[in-house]
Amino acid sequence: MMETAKIKVKKLNLYYGDNHALKDIDIKIRPKAVTAFIGPSGCGKSTFLKTLNRMNDLVENVKIEGEVLLDEKDIYAPGVDTTILRKKVGMVFQQPNPFPMSIYDNIAYGPRIHGIKDKRKLDEIVEESLRGAAIFDEVKDRLKKNALGLSGGQQQRICIARALAVCPEVLLMDEPTSALDPISTSKIEDLMEDLKKKYTVVIVTHNMQQAVRVADDTAFFLLGELIEFRETKLLFSYPQDKRTEDYITGRFG
Amino acid sequence: MKNKAKINAVEKTAKSIFMICAVIAIFAVCSITIYMIAKGTPALKSVGVLKLLFGTSWAPTANEPAYGILYIILTSIVGTAASVLIGVPVGLLTAVFLTEISNKKLAAIVNPAIELLAGIPSVIYGLLGLMLLNPFMYKMEKMIFEDSDTHKFTGGSNLISAVIVLAIMILPTVVNVSASSLRAVSANLRAASYALGASKIQTVFKVTIPAAKSGIMTGVVLGIGRALGEAMAINMVAGGSVQIPLPFNSVRFLTTQLVSEMGYAEGVHRQVLFTVGLVLYIFIMVVNLVLQKLRKGANTDE
Repeated sequence: MMETAKIKVKKLNLYYGDNHALKDIDIKIRPKAVTAFIGPSGCGKSTFLKTLNRMNDLVENVKIEGEVLLDEKDIYAPGVDTTILRKKVGMVFQQPNPFPMSIYDNIAYGPRIHGIKDKRKLDEIVEESLRGAAIFDEVKDRLKKNALGLSGGQQQRICIARALAVCPEVLLMDEPTSALDPISTSKIEDLMEDLKKKYTVVIVTHNMQQAVRVADDTAFFLLGELIEFRETKLLFSYPQDKRTEDYITGRFG
Repeated sequence: MKNKAKINAVEKTAKSIFMICAVIAIFAVCSITIYMIAKGTPALKSVGVLKLLFGTSWAPTANEPAYGILYIILTSIVGTAASVLIGVPVGLLTAVFLTEISNKKLAAIVNPAIELLAGIPSVIYGLLGLMLLNPFMYKMEKMIFEDSDTHKFTGGSNLISAVIVLAIMILPTVVNVSASSLRAVSANLRAASYALGASKIQTVFKVTIPAAKSGIMTGVVLGIGRALGEAMAINMVAGGSVQIPLPFNSVRFLTTQLVSEMGYAEGVHRQVLFTVGLVLYIFIMVVNLVLQKLRKGANTDE
């Protein structure tokens, strides 16, 4: 199923102190598709997601071995600038976390720190990003209002727009809908359909139905291991591994 | 039945004890306010508001006494503002260092040191200023005003010394309050900033500090209050002449004015000193009102 890979991970091991949290992960993630990571809590799916933009670097006592290749270049190679890496690999978090500033400033934050000062250019980026996150029409009249005044679902789409504003190639989403109501959730799921036309999307979800709905490929993690990774349809209809089958049929979770 | 009555009695007694305590606090505030106004206003009448508040000559024991306290008010304002201008950036950056940059080991040394700074009695600060700062200031003064005919030499007791001492004294307040509000900023916000490719310094200045703004402002205002109210330390280093607050002038603050003359003042002179106290009291009240506003703001938004 793999023609080219946007991200290739080889023999990745991650340790939190003595805790071996990810074991020999090998995976290839397709470009311009949605890849979902599923698995029970504590299986390492979120941790693995964070290795893809090196957010784990911020945690103390983390040791990472192996390679993560983004367009064939190892992002853990010495001399890699994480600020440039994270500009390419954007992230949306579990809890909507807009900055306590206006909607406009939230979106413009990324472009500004990367050196864009021109007002007209910023206006353009803000509008484009908000449209990209399907929230422009809802907020266009109150761009100067504090983003914290929006509903949780709107805040999360602001966060997606904020991530889009730095023109990433990959978008990592860490359980982006787990704090949202069903209507907001379905809006964001619809949005993923559009996002994958331009971006490589990787989503962590604890919700198997969500993976079925949005993901082209799905990876099942258990206790720090990648158990099975296939096209979503195949994974859910013909699981190859007993553990995958047990999980998706709800025998544990 | 009897038991219930007993419980009721205990409840009632406890309630009234709490009530009495609360009333004592309110009574104290009210009586101080009334007392200050009652004692501080007569001089406004006997000397005249303009002559008193905007007069620049202070000669209470002269044959024709003059009671202008403008320079004293200005000294308090300028001295406090300058010490805040120095102390707040240093304090804020120290707080940033403690919470965002230093490793735990270093923070474990710096943090208690700053707490200790808050516990040192102000007279010790004055002593250090007297022994270390003033001689240094005297050297500078001799260099700068070598050829000046108008400058009155102070031996180093001047406004700058007072400002430096005050700046150091407000540091712990600013550092502690700012650090705790920086710590309260959600790790989620920092993560969002890093995930957009921001560096640590960009994150600190563009996300963390703005998010902690109201807490930091509280620290600043508390610092202003501390600087305004300080008497002992600056009494020892500021010189004590009533003069326009220029850096190398020997100056007198509202607080040090009371400290140095209350002991012997009589009649109108004494009344005027109470007015000085009233002015100080009003300044402090304004600072506290601002503080309460800030705290309310901090609770409602963000």
